Amino acid sequence: MLTELDPSSHWLAGQVAGIHFFTLAGGMVIGAAAVLLYHSIGRIAGISGIFFTGIKEGGLWRGLFLVGIVLGAGLGAQLFPTLNIVTRPNPGFWILVSSGLLVGWGTRQGGGCTSGHGVCGLGRLAPRSLVAVLVFMAAGVFTASLLRHWLGVPA
Amino acid sequence: MKSNLSALAAGLLFGLGLMLSGMSNPGEVLSFLDWSGVWSPDLMGVLGSAVLVSVVGFQLARRRQRPWFEDQFPDLPKKPIDRSLLIGNLLFGIGWGLAGYCPGPALAGLALGNDEVLAFLVAMLAGGYLQQVWALKRSDR
Repeated sequence: MLTELDPSSHWLAGQVAGIHFFTLAGGMVIGAAAVLLYHSIGRIAGISGIFFTGIKEGGLWRGLFLVGIVLGAGLGAQLFPTLNIVTRPNPGFWILVSSGLLVGWGTRQGGGCTSGHGVCGLGRLAPRSLVAVLVFMAAGVFTASLLRHWLGVPA
Repeated sequence: MKSNLSALAAGLLFGLGLMLSGMSNPGEVLSFLDWSGVWSPDLMGVLGSAVLVSVVGFQLARRRQRPWFEDQFPDLPKKPIDRSLLIGNLLFGIGWGLAGYCPGPALAGLALGNDEVLAFLVAMLAGGYLQQVWALKRSDR
């Protein structure tokens, strides 16, 4: 895994107005995945919901969907090795754990995450999901900016 | 059989998309969420293009009586915009802004040689469990 993006490594690493081409291509693939799951079996591709409901109630399709995510990401890293990067320092164990606790609790209480409320909820034009996205975006911006700007966490 | 294979195929595509879009790079996510430094609009590219495709796809689905491989579309319960929605998403957003992970990218990280997602995922599991226990206790009162 690399730590920075080499703009000359792949044509998808180019950009227009600060938006890299790979974000547009990847976003469309994500959208297509959500549409495929809904058209084929009528399910919403909300990852937190599938993850937690799968643990509670089982369901082979849930397990296969989650395994698919891991394998698909691995496949992507093989196809686009120069785009498989992590461009921030490891924030350390306690930040990772606090973050995980909040994401686990929050997605259960709030009924979804970036995929369920974001990609699918907005795609279904659900007012509830629009509210959810605005709230978690605002909270994310506030937290990330606060940590880096005022608390001096390295970015 | 066909249903399960579709779920696997959708998962594969989703994982590929998470990796390709840069969502599996928490630095990319934080460069959008952090407005105190050099801001990157990349995440708007991801969400925008994903929603564009899904709006079209979900609109097309409205014309269908049932999915390809199941007898009917499951009922999606109409839930209100309430305190749980607001507080839950507030907490989720704070967690997202702390390390740059939401559930999908953290799962994807398992295949990307990114060890830090392990601590995140175990904690996420614990957080979801604690919330369910708390919600059960609350409904008993």
